[in-house]
Amino acid sequence: MNKLSICIVDYGVGNTHSVANSISYLGYKVKISNQFNIISNSDVLILPGVGAFEVAINNLRSAGLAELLNELVLKKQKPILGICVGMQMMAGYSEENGHHNGLNWIPGAVVKLLEKDGFPVPHVGWNTINSIIFDPLFSKANINSHFYFDHSYYFSPANQDHVSAFVNYGQKITAAIQFENICGVQFHPEKSQTNGLKLFRSFINGVIQYA
Amino acid sequence: MLKKRIIAVLPIFNGIVVQSIGFKKYLPVGKAEIAIEFLNSWGIDEIVVVDISARKNNLTIQPVFVKMIAQKCFVPLAVGGGINNLNDVDGLIRSGADKVIVNNSVLFNTQLITEIAKNYGDQCVVASVDVIREKYTCHVFDYLNHKIYYKNLDEVVKIATEAGAGELLINAVHRDGSYLGYDIELYNKICNIVTVPVLACGGAKNADSMADLLNNTKVSAACAGNFFHFFEHSVNISKSILSKNSDQIRVDMAVNYKESDVDMYGRLNKKSDITLDNLLYLKIEKEII
Repeated sequence: MNKLSICIVDYGVGNTHSVANSISYLGYKVKISNQFNIISNSDVLILPGVGAFEVAINNLRSAGLAELLNELVLKKQKPILGICVGMQMMAGYSEENGHHNGLNWIPGAVVKLLEKDGFPVPHVGWNTINSIIFDPLFSKANINSHFYFDHSYYFSPANQDHVSAFVNYGQKITAAIQFENICGVQFHPEKSQTNGLKLFRSFINGVIQYA
Repeated sequence: MLKKRIIAVLPIFNGIVVQSIGFKKYLPVGKAEIAIEFLNSWGIDEIVVVDISARKNNLTIQPVFVKMIAQKCFVPLAVGGGINNLNDVDGLIRSGADKVIVNNSVLFNTQLITEIAKNYGDQCVVASVDVIREKYTCHVFDYLNHKIYYKNLDEVVKIATEAGAGELLINAVHRDGSYLGYDIELYNKICNIVTVPVLACGGAKNADSMADLLNNTKVSAACAGNFFHFFEHSVNISKSILSKNSDQIRVDMAVNYKESDVDMYGRLNKKSDITLDNLLYLKIEKEII
């Protein structure tokens, strides 16, 4: 297990350091990199993200990482976990400040949260999630776990079977998605204390068989 | 459901955490990384670190410092102190900060708020406004020049949110370090003006003052600086007390005090001898992640 190599894809806008802190706290070896050979040779990939969709996807494309990830994730079936914008980029397109195409790994759109009375946007804070599919992300999670959310847009997949957890915030919002080797979470596990550490542990334990 | 947040605010003065009283007096508390490690393991919801000496000395809170304190911080970390441009923000985010706090820019450089929001999203920028009450009116306090700012409070918070601030941190200077409780009227006023989450800071004495704030206003978070430092498991105990009458508090740490009684000062009462006897042979497994 110690030989498992985990790589956090660095494309300039992610909070790579926070994610690395969590994973190395669990005892894994983790690299933060934008180098093609390091990313290709890793067993597990993590695509973090903070900020606006447009900046994120443009950075990913201009660094040539979008193509590389397409190859690794779609053809070589490498397990990947997207976080926040990292997860949103897996969508077909986003409506954040215009229309921007995503990586289109999981069909669907990234749309703005509805602003309602009592539900200000952005959706910031700890919220209770309801998991539908437990393996691999939530196999260690307690019932009604809290996770930290911080976003104004959310991923609405075309096929609802790809939703592995949702959260209520005046409307039903996708909290996590899953399709074959691709996983993504809207919340920030690296900022969700014990629950977040448990999620990383169960994700890595769960995908180890493919790595 | 979305929980109300309990936030710890750590003012940093020349590199160490201090207790601040009325924005004038500062008492040393200790090292930031140790305070953060404890607060995190006690179940705090978020941590705010502000270098209050930076702006005065023409410095900016340093990415190396943030990198060090972020190491064992598994909750959101907001940092501030002398942030002047996007370069500063970039360094801080890369070092492990999740949000940046701007204070001076709210008054003198709202363009920076817009730029941060555009590049990192509006959830990334917290506008901090210092407020001082004179009898019935609340004024904006210009911390750097130690005087009342010429624009009124309503105008300043509106400008800040329109510029792109995702959250508002409202510090009541007149309650800072006073243990008099939160200025409820002030926070009701602010919550009526803006739609973004409001974080209330200044005057917390114990869990009861937080309950008072959360029950009587629409704020998203109760912040406290001083009282968390003075007793063991301060966060777990406060949150357990709060959660007795409210389902709006996140209590999911392995250690909680839901079954314990507290006295009028918020201190734990000793459990009965029978309960303690029963605990004697109870095996409690360590939580393995």
